[in-house]
Amino acid sequence: MRWLGRLMVALTLAFSGLTVAAEQQLGAQGAKLLLTRAGFAPNDAEVAAYASLSHAAAVERLLAGVRTTAVTPAPSWIDERFVAPRELRSMTEEARRAELQKQIRMGLDLRGWWLREMVATPSPLTERMTLFWHNHFVSAQPKVRYTQLMYRQNVLLRGHALGRFDELLHAVAKDPAMLIYLDSATNRRGSPNENFAREVMELFTLGEGKYTEDDIKQAARAFTGWSIDLATGDYTFRRFLHDGGEKTVFGKAGNFDGDAVLDLILAQPVVAEFIVRKLWREFVSPQPDEARVKRIAAQFRASGWSIAQPVRALLLQPEVIARDEDNALVKSPADLVVGFVRQSGGELSQPVAAAVALAGMGQNLFSPPNVRGWPGGEAWINTHTLLARKQFLERALGGTADGKSSAEASMDDSMSGSMKVGEQPRRRLQMLEQTVSVRIDSETWLARAGVAPERVVAPGTRARLEQAVLAVPATSPVRDGSLGLDALRTIVLDPAYQLK
Amino acid sequence: MDRRTFLSASSALLSCATLPAWAAPAAPRLLILIELRGGNDALNTVIPIDDGAYFDLRPRLALKADAVARFAGAPALHPSLAPLESLWRDGQMAILQGVGYPLPNLSHFRSIEIWDTASDSQQFLQTGWLTRTADKQAAFAALSADGVVIGAADLGPLAGGARAVALNDPARFARQARLASADGIPARGALAHVLRVESDIVRAGADVRSDVSFKTEFPRGVFGLAVQHAAGIAASGKVPVLRLTLSGFDTHQNQLGIHANLLKVVAESVVALRAALGEHGVWDRTLILTYSEFGRRPRENQSGGTDHGTAGTLFAFGPHVRGGVHGDAPSLRSLDGSGNLRHTTDFRCVYASVLEHWWQLPSERVLQRRFEPVRFIS
Repeated sequence: MRWLGRLMVALTLAFSGLTVAAEQQLGAQGAKLLLTRAGFAPNDAEVAAYASLSHAAAVERLLAGVRTTAVTPAPSWIDERFVAPRELRSMTEEARRAELQKQIRMGLDLRGWWLREMVATPSPLTERMTLFWHNHFVSAQPKVRYTQLMYRQNVLLRGHALGRFDELLHAVAKDPAMLIYLDSATNRRGSPNENFAREVMELFTLGEGKYTEDDIKQAARAFTGWSIDLATGDYTFRRFLHDGGEKTVFGKAGNFDGDAVLDLILAQPVVAEFIVRKLWREFVSPQPDEARVKRIAAQFRASGWSIAQPVRALLLQPEVIARDEDNALVKSPADLVVGFVRQSGGELSQPVAAAVALAGMGQNLFSPPNVRGWPGGEAWINTHTLLARKQFLERALGGTADGKSSAEASMDDSMSGSMKVGEQPRRRLQMLEQTVSVRIDSETWLARAGVAPERVVAPGTRARLEQAVLAVPATSPVRDGSLGLDALRTIVLDPAYQLK
Repeated sequence: MDRRTFLSASSALLSCATLPAWAAPAAPRLLILIELRGGNDALNTVIPIDDGAYFDLRPRLALKADAVARFAGAPALHPSLAPLESLWRDGQMAILQGVGYPLPNLSHFRSIEIWDTASDSQQFLQTGWLTRTADKQAAFAALSADGVVIGAADLGPLAGGARAVALNDPARFARQARLASADGIPARGALAHVLRVESDIVRAGADVRSDVSFKTEFPRGVFGLAVQHAAGIAASGKVPVLRLTLSGFDTHQNQLGIHANLLKVVAESVVALRAALGEHGVWDRTLILTYSEFGRRPRENQSGGTDHGTAGTLFAFGPHVRGGVHGDAPSLRSLDGSGNLRHTTDFRCVYASVLEHWWQLPSERVLQRRFEPVRFIS
């Protein structure tokens, strides 16, 4: 029956358009590159589990493991009562300040919670896609304010992370944090607010220039009445604020409501290409290949908007497992920190401090800089952020005593003593920034790679270590005669470590 | 068009430019930007004390005629600005009124982005106006960095490709800079970018000194420290642009005390910069410019504060400014549909003046089209 097996393989190859390369074993190098891009830098066990698989089988396994919920227990405060803005205004100065302090504290906690999930999850791909959608359907806490709503949005994004794009779009459009962030909650008949209507077309679906100003004006009328129940913080439709009149969007006329307009948008063929192009930059390379984008976008539409469809197709691109400078992607701060912890087998000892470190590197989770999100790519790296990255890595490797022990001590104080009303959050943030937020054991890390920490590293071992840690060749090779720990430090501080 | 006609055509366009930059790549003079983050309330900074509408709009927040600072020949100013009197008297203080842009955006983030990138209201540009200024300019390239941003993570007008250094503390930066290396090896793609930033750090790290001493006393607090750092870097003479950020101007509530404190910090900082840079002979080639993402709503709100507005007032300081008032104050009697001021001067006309009159550079390449410079630099 072996001929039948071969025939099946041949047919599969012919129909899926995969190359023979996809059937070869990934090997440790390929597994590392794939897992890093699909999720975060993997540990040795994950690499070993995937190295013997083919590229195609590995991608299927990643997709089979996708989750819709977090494994980390939800923060304790998620059901805290929602204090409506009007109520907040009527409070005494002291009570109001206490409430705002509470929101700040919960906001920090939320960031730490997500980072813990990124480290702990059995499906890093799920968290990568949740983060991808967070940076696509942007809402930011400074405007939304309510930490509970930011948490709920995160739950929503994870639930749909590799589900159906059309369902995700409809759901996120009515998500309370989004309703606040893009002013839908104040969009009413007679004086429409165009914010959501504009961004849903420009940034979420179509891309700039694929609609007219009039499409936006008319769509904004359709979204009127989408609002928030101030008692619960849930979505509610306020019929008396809704403009039920006729609108014309993309040349079609009708008494559209918001959902109808979203469906009109989804009927535009450019949507799938817009999303696939962005996913390409997330998974494959900085420059999308237009021919392949179009092909994958067509499959995306044909699949009934299954997000797993383009993710599978993109993870199967040969660039994903090639150790190649031209296609290298810049690690986001989350990639850097979470990947470092996972790769080294370390732990996130101070998740909140790690989140503050991330913010110092330019990625304040739950608070992208504006509705376009973090621009990413090369924009992640400037003089300030690069030094912040290197300092984080150096501290984590124990390379400097720069205030470490005292900062850790005062951190413990402030955590156990819980924040007092009136305590300056800024000072606390500065302190957190100085805190060592991850704990790794470089000796164990080296030992797993077969390197003795205090002994001179042989050239062959050095090359192996470099390959295991870096996605592209190092720019300043480890010096001859380096001890194990120095070699590791040199490799991690190499500019190449900023890439994946 | 041959090169000769191109040159004469462009110099005809640039009626104000005296010396084309490509003729002499001398070190560009220093621009210190002070960003008043949050939206400074222009109406309580330079006060329309003779306009009854001001008192009608601000029953609680209006500053009384006997409480404001009066310098000879100057409009009424917030009392916290009193330390600036010597600069005004010496003709080293210019007030630029009614500065804004068409179709104002009232979001902090979007509006500061418009200011930083010098874009139209509905246009998204990826590069800061100073990034475009420094691009391909030999005079900038000869320096350690195109600019240094102190005390803020965002690069603002230097975003999108300038050799910009962001730091909080020069001493710490110099210590950290040893973590960077610049081997000058060839690289492609994103790696080339990382290596370029590494070499920016190394280059600036060698020149950003933290050991400059001053007799001048700087204001106390975090911002005073940032001003001192700025003065130290300015004294090195190796950076053409410095940007400082003072936060807290988003005064929706209890504005009076907060605003008074902030303006006091601004005034004392400018006075300190003049003295400190004078000590090191750098003041003579310095221009200080304040800016903010927008002004605030003329009508006060119910919380003793003001909401987001539109046009603002900028200050320029330095031995080469034309002291006095430039531009018209927007009328309080013809507000726009959202009850905000109508700007009288486009902010890009201010930038045009910095480019053409301060640096002798053509402005249209940076600003995308012609903006008539405000003549506040002599």
